[in-house]
Order: sequence, then C-alpha cells, then structure tokens
Amino acid sequence: MAYGGLAVPIIVMSVFWGVVGGVLPWLVPKGPNRGVINTMLVTCAVCCYLFWLIAILAQLNPLFGPQLSNETIWYLRYHWP
Amino acid sequence: MGSLFRSEEVCLAQLFLQSASAYSCISELGERGLLEFRDLNPKVSPFQRRFVGEVRRCEEMEKTFTFLQQELRAAGRLPAPCPESPRAPAAREALRVQEQSEQLAQELREVSRSRSSLRDRLRDLRQHLHVLREGQRFTSLPVGPGVPAGLGREPILDPSLHHHLDRKINFVAGVIHPWRVTAFERLLWRACRGYLVASFVEMPEPMEDPATGESITWVIFLISYWGEQIGQKIRKISNCFHCQVYGYPESEASRTEAITRLHGQIQELSTLEETEKYLAEVLDKVAQVLPTWRVQVQKMKAIYLVLNQCSFDVTKKCLIAEVWCPVRDLTQVQDALRQGSVSGSCFVQRVPTTESPPTLIRTNKFTAGFQSIVDAYGVASYQEVNPAPYAIITFPFIFAIMFGDVGHGLLMFLFALWMVLYEDSPRLRQGTNEIWLTFFEGRYLILLMGAFSIYTGFIYNECFSKATAIFPSAWSVATMANHSSWSSAYLATHPSLTLDPNVTGVFQGPYPFGIDPIWSLATNHLNFLNSFKMKMSVVLGIVHMGFGVMLGVFNHVHFQQRHRLVLEFLPEMIFLLALFGYLVFLIFYKWIKFSAADSRVAPSILIHFIDMFLFTSNAENLPLYPGQVPVQMVLVVLALASVPVLLLGTPLYQWCRQRAPRTVRPRAVGGFMGITRRGIQHDFAEIFMHQAIHTIEYCLGCVSNTASYLRLWALSLAHAQLSEVLWSMVMRNGFVGLSYVGGVVLVPVFAAFAVLTVAILLVMEGLSAFLHALRLHWVEFQNKFYVGAGYKLCPFAFAPDTWE
Repeated sequence: MAYGGLAVPIIVMSVFWGVVGGVLPWLVPKGPNRGVINTMLVTCAVCCYLFWLIAILAQLNPLFGPQLSNETIWYLRYHWP
Repeated sequence: MGSLFRSEEVCLAQLFLQSASAYSCISELGERGLLEFRDLNPKVSPFQRRFVGEVRRCEEMEKTFTFLQQELRAAGRLPAPCPESPRAPAAREALRVQEQSEQLAQELREVSRSRSSLRDRLRDLRQHLHVLREGQRFTSLPVGPGVPAGLGREPILDPSLHHHLDRKINFVAGVIHPWRVTAFERLLWRACRGYLVASFVEMPEPMEDPATGESITWVIFLISYWGEQIGQKIRKISNCFHCQVYGYPESEASRTEAITRLHGQIQELSTLEETEKYLAEVLDKVAQVLPTWRVQVQKMKAIYLVLNQCSFDVTKKCLIAEVWCPVRDLTQVQDALRQGSVSGSCFVQRVPTTESPPTLIRTNKFTAGFQSIVDAYGVASYQEVNPAPYAIITFPFIFAIMFGDVGHGLLMFLFALWMVLYEDSPRLRQGTNEIWLTFFEGRYLILLMGAFSIYTGFIYNECFSKATAIFPSAWSVATMANHSSWSSAYLATHPSLTLDPNVTGVFQGPYPFGIDPIWSLATNHLNFLNSFKMKMSVVLGIVHMGFGVMLGVFNHVHFQQRHRLVLEFLPEMIFLLALFGYLVFLIFYKWIKFSAADSRVAPSILIHFIDMFLFTSNAENLPLYPGQVPVQMVLVVLALASVPVLLLGTPLYQWCRQRAPRTVRPRAVGGFMGITRRGIQHDFAEIFMHQAIHTIEYCLGCVSNTASYLRLWALSLAHAQLSEVLWSMVMRNGFVGLSYVGGVVLVPVFAAFAVLTVAILLVMEGLSAFLHALRLHWVEFQNKFYVGAGYKLCPFAFAPDTWE
C-alpha cells in the first residue's frame, strides 16, 4: 500500500488539496466574508500541500540509512514486517 | 473581497449644521459612530472655545456624581451598570439632571452629618454609662451603716469612712485605649506614687473607635486620689494619653441618679434609627439614577468637545465641521443629519483634498486579531495592500512549523476551542487580568495555531516526542539483517549498525505521509532531520518572500504607477528567482535525481551555490546536471544586470517624464502618497536616495532574509529536543517500575511531566515560536511590499466599554 512508490500518495494528496484550494472556493456562499474565506482556503491548500510535498520528496531517495542500536534491531527484526 | 484587502475609500467632507440643531445632529452621529472629526480650531486654547461654558457645566455635574459615587461606595453599595445606553440629554433635561443631582448631594450631605453627630453622642453617653456602672464595683457602699464591711464585696475605698479620717477622696474616671493601659499605669505610679489608687477594668462590650472606626474593647479606669495637686497631675496625664474623662460624682445617690439620667437620654436617641432609614432611602434613589446620569453627561460632554472643534460661519449662521467619512457611509451620514436636525437644514458635502486620508479596515471578531498583529507593526498606508488576509493562514502555519507536535498542538487547540465556545460568557469577558485578556483577545489566533500544529506534528511524526506508525515503516530491518547475516552473536558485539538503502528491499519507498517512524528510533536521526528541515525552511522562506514581492504588483497597479511594474517588480523578481529560485530548483532536483546509489559522490548544493557567485568551480564537486556551469553563469549575470535597473529605473523615468513638454498626454497625478509634480522637481535627490536605499535593502535583504528563515529549522529542532528530553528523563522513569508500587509512582511522575509540558513546552516554546513567526512576517515578508505609514480612522462614537 505505502509502497506503490510515489504515485498513490501524490495523487491522493494533490486531489485533496486541489479540492480544498480549487473547488471549495466556488462553493462558499455569497456574503461579506466570501473573499476572506476564499483567500484562507487557497493559502491553506498551498501551504499544507507544499509542506507535505517537501517531506515526501526529501525521503524519496535517501542517501543514507538509519543507524540503529542492537536492541532496536533485535526488536524490529521480528516485530515489524 | 471586502475591505480587508485594502483600506476603504475615505473622503473629506464638510458638515453644515444649523446652530439650533447642531447638538442633536452630533448626538445622532455619535450614536452611529461613522465619522472622525478634525479640529478646525487648533490654535484656540481650550478656555477660549465656543462651548467652554457647557463643558464646564458638565464637569461640575461629573464632580457631583463622583461625590455621590463615593457615598454609595462608603455605604457598601455598588451602582448597577446601565442596562441600555441612554441618549445624550437635550438642554432642558440636562438642567433637570443638574438640579436633581445637586439636590440629592445636598440631602445626602445633611443626612450623613446629622447621622454621624447622633452616633457620636450615643457613643459618648454609652461610654459614660459604662464608666459609672463599672466604677460602682470599686466604690459601692455597704448596704447599711451597721453592716460590717467584708461581707462578700470588699470595698476598696469608702468615702464615708474616710470622712472620719478627714481626708477628702476624689475620683477621676474615664476610658482609655487598651494598648495604653500599662504605660498609663506606670506613669501614674511614678508621678503620684502612693497618693492614688487606680483600678482598671475592661468594658463589657466593644465600641467603635471614632478615629479609626474599628471595634475596640476599651478599658475603664477609676482613680481615687487625695490632694488637689495630685488631681491636676492626674488630669494632665490622662489628657496626654487621650483618655476620655467623665465626671464621677462622689456620693452613691448622685451616681445612681446620673445612671438613670443617662438611660433616659439614650432612649431619646431613637431618632438615630429614623435617620438611618432616611439615609438608606436617599442612597437607594441615588443608586437608581446615577448610572444613567453618568452616561448621559459623559455623552453630553463628548458632544460639546466635538462642537468646540467646529468653526462658526458668521455669514451663513451655521457651524461647519470637517470630517473624514468613509464613502460608503455618506448616505447614512445624510440620514443621521436629517434625523437630528429640526427642518432638515443640515447637510454634508464632499470636499476634494490632497491630504492622505486615514485608513479604515473593517474587521469582524475573527479577523480582528490578525489585523491587530499587522497593525502593531504599522497601520497600512491609505489604500495600500493589507497583509492581514494572508497572515490569517501564513502566520499560524509558520508558527506551526516551529512548534510541530500533535500532542502539544492538540492541547493548544482545545484550550482555544474552550475560549471560543464560551466567548460570550460574562465571566470570561470581564476578566481583569491583563495576561488573560491578551490570550482571550487572540483566541482565534491560538485556535488556528493549534490546528496547524496538529498537521505539522503529523508530518514531523511527533506526538509528545513519540513517533506513530500510521502506515508501516518503509525501512525493513529484517531484510537488512538477512542480507548481512546479523546473527544474535553478531548483534551482541556490535552496539550500533546502519541500514544500507543500497541493499534491495531495505528501503521500500517514501513514507506516504510525513517522516518515517524509524527515524525516531535511529541514533543518527538528527543527520537526516537537519538536512530535511534546513532545506524546508529555505524553500518555504523563498516562497513566502516571492509571494510578498508579488503583492507589490497590486500596489503598483492601484496607484497608477505601471512603470514600476517593469522598472521595479520585474528586476526584483528576476533577482530573487535567478538566484534563490534556482536554489530551490537545485534542492528539488537533488532530491529527485540523486539516490543512495551515488551517495558517495553526491554533490553538495551549498558548494555549488557558493561557486556560482564566485565564478569558480570545484573539481571534487560533481555537477548536478550537464551544462550546469554555463546556466549558472547566465543566471548570475541576469541577476547582476537587474540591480542597476532597480537602482536607476524609476528615478530616471520620473526625471524624463518631468522634463518632457506638457503636450504629452497628462498622466494621472494620483501619485503614491500624493506627491505632486512640483514636489518631484524639488525632491529629486530624495527620490534617487530613496531608490538607492531600497535597492541595497532589497538585494542584501534577499540573502540575509533567506538565511533568517533558517530559524524555522532552529526552533523546530529545539522544540523536538526539549520534548524528547522531557519524555526520556521524566515520563519514562514512571514506566520503569513494573510492580504495583511502580503504578503508584507513575502518578506523581505524570504530574511533573504535565506541569513541565505546559510550562516549558506550551507556554515558553509557544511564546517563542509566536515571536519568531511574528518577526518573520513583520520583517522578512512585509519589507518586500508594505510601507505601513498610515493612521487609523478613529470615529467619534459613544463606545459603551469606556464607561466604568
């Protein structure tokens, strides 16, 4: 699931924040606060998406691996898939 | 967008008010709170203004009200707050209020005076009574002359007996403060030793001390002496000690007579009760009307102060007021004037002006907090783009980057949610603690900060410093162990081993949401996290600053300075993107293109960036992509070329425009800050200087501000380390003991953990991250486009919270 590589998470997150930033602004009811709410939605979508993207791209091709203590290795060897 | 995007249009207007209806018109306008009045008589002293008499009358009434308030408070009553806001009174009503208040004050004074004199008299009589009664104990005669003394009550001194001894006994009786008794006794003994007998007894009931008002148990003394000079000495001494001396008749009969007489006098003072009742009635009346009167008179005074600012036009016999009025509200103003004036003769007229009007940005309870943090740096210049609507999201977001932790974010969010849901409760609203009020005013700010902190906490994968494996980790220890045949014996001899991503199957792909949980178990997790967070800070910083530069476009377009789009915005963007946009590109490119396979020879972005500026190259640092060096050279040349354009473009353009003959089609003169053409002629050196400063500030600022965004990395590292220390050194010790005792020990350990979490991590770190996020907004973001040299529109309004 997590290891369909990059494709699944990117599609899911892009669609989600795309909806928040691109579709929801059209659905906000007309009123004096419409402009502020739209600004908030778009800014929030851009910020959160960018932050998530940086996090996943930084781990895409790691140049080195984690250094674990032997106790951790003993435990993780059998308890994590 | 509403007026949050930029200030509303505000115009200068003149109000023409007929003298008769001026007061009611201003009252009507004050109720609505639309306009800011300008002072048309600045050189006139307050004592020479037109309505100084009325203002003085209001102040006198306020003095009376203060006296009434003090009396109420002295009687222990609190005046009820005014239920609804009464309008300013007309002249006749004001007169009535003044008369009534003075009458009430007079009554109150008289009644209080008579009451206090009655009470004094009562106290005096009662003290005398007690003195006589207690004194009986010492000087009581035996029942008949024939009864021998010593039956039960031993009289100390019996004046009738002493008649035989031919010595006249005199008495001094009085009341003394209990603290002075020993000193009094000692002094009496020293002064008149042997010639007097003094006895002291406490009064059965405590009585009020006239000086301090507190209840004290007085001490009654009875001194019997013989000799005239001793008597004088004793009287002098008792005078020194502030004793109340009463006459003590010698014979028993006259004493009993005095006692009955006193009883009678005390009964007569029943009028005291009636006085008290009457006083209570008067106070009730005062408490009822005082709040309304206060508000009314305050409004009246405010109106007269405003009327003092108007100028009187003799020819048209009307008052002229100059106001700043939002254009949207002009019809409302006209409405108010029509309502206030008798014959509809007052009207408002818009007036053109070259002065810069005040800034008006209408906010609601949600946006007010964010607008206030922008205004704290500087109020937006008139019609300049307002950074507040973007700060609603970017400020909590940048805070959250430095504070990212699910647990702490959740606590903050819940705290703010409580404040928001109960914001109408009077207990929360009327707190007097300044710190609490600051938190309460920023409740929506804290709500968003908490919400974003939860999100960044999930991405950093930190919940009270512990990582959660929502998705299974991408790093497989089992594969590595099998590949390198890590047997138990091997592991026992090697305390720490590294997973190698080059081995197939060890690294299975990027963790879908956030940082992989294995990094929190790794000893070298800071190596990875530091690199990730530093690059993240730089990328977000450059995006934030680029956004700031782009907001400047709105200013250039609005103020009709399209030349600045080409001569300022374009070079600024080229400089920023060619150098720092390229850096962002390098960061993303390296993330995507370079993997563990070439980890030994992975190029260092930092070295490449430095070499780019110095036009050198390092043989050991491989290029990231073919053709990197010429591309970089082009970019640097482009960036350097944009600097002189930025420096000289706008001044030269303005100079050329000013030198061109007037046949050129006249452009809009609505220059920035209202500088006229004539102004440009004289201030040309100033324009060059201003532009030079702006260029230097921008170019150097780009470099230093990008580095300044690294505080996002620094503070998030500090927060993570602090919470990890708190966990491993405090909370973990609670789980170590596995017995029942350990369970009991867990409770105080958790208490300590909770207190330290709130105090250090939430309050201290929260304030620190708040401060740094604020600084990043005020300096790094806003100096790309914001001037902030305006002033706020302060409308004349009767605000209810200014009344106590």
